[in-house]
Amino acid sequence: MSAVAANYETLQKLDAEVISVSVDSHFVHKMWNDHELVKMVEGGVPFPMVADQAGNIGRAYGCWDENQGIELRGRFIIDPDGVIQAMEVLTPPVGRKIDETVRQLQAFQHVRATGGKEACPAGWQPGKATLKPGPDLVGNVWKVWNPSMED
Amino acid sequence: MSNEGASCVRVTSSVGGSESSDTLTQAPQPKEEVKKMGVTVGQKAPDFTAPAYFKGGFTSVKLSDYLGKWVVLCFYPGDFTFV
Repeated sequence: MSAVAANYETLQKLDAEVISVSVDSHFVHKMWNDHELVKMVEGGVPFPMVADQAGNIGRAYGCWDENQGIELRGRFIIDPDGVIQAMEVLTPPVGRKIDETVRQLQAFQHVRATGGKEACPAGWQPGKATLKPGPDLVGNVWKVWNPSMED
Repeated sequence: MSNEGASCVRVTSSVGGSESSDTLTQAPQPKEEVKKMGVTVGQKAPDFTAPAYFKGGFTSVKLSDYLGKWVVLCFYPGDFTFV
């Protein structure tokens, strides 16, 4: 969570809010923030840390591990209409890469800004070429994009 | 079962005399009576209201209050875990 907290400003600049969820109570969230996370991120966690002690939220999102009584490491990008545009779920031992969340967020925001007229190819980042789906592009993607353009 | 309690796996209690299971190596079989829930992309995010800790105080978070903004919703296994 400290990695997400450390990148909060970047997400804020993209008009995105962050909410974290685990099965711990809000009281334990306070202790974790005040005693450990604050030593990893200046000022501590800047977004709401939600308590889901019964696992109801995790269950609704398919992140609830009934056997362990924990939430799996799920990450959902939700658009301004409340629609889930991206999701990723990891088992506990491996952490997320926030850069990829930022990249996906920027790509979905770009698609939304163009009203869906543009699509973002693999590895797209702001400033890179997009694709404009339509009859002329069928069979012709190779003329405007190839994997070497990812980097 | 070595190194119990020191990994990222939460060792759970068990009843009925069976050993507590290391769920990292033994994938649990889904119980049939458990109603499967979940979401997929392109669907409305399930709304929720829940208590939260936020900037030194306790508050209530309702996801639908965030309509009009982008939201990154992050689940994680637990406070004071390692990753």
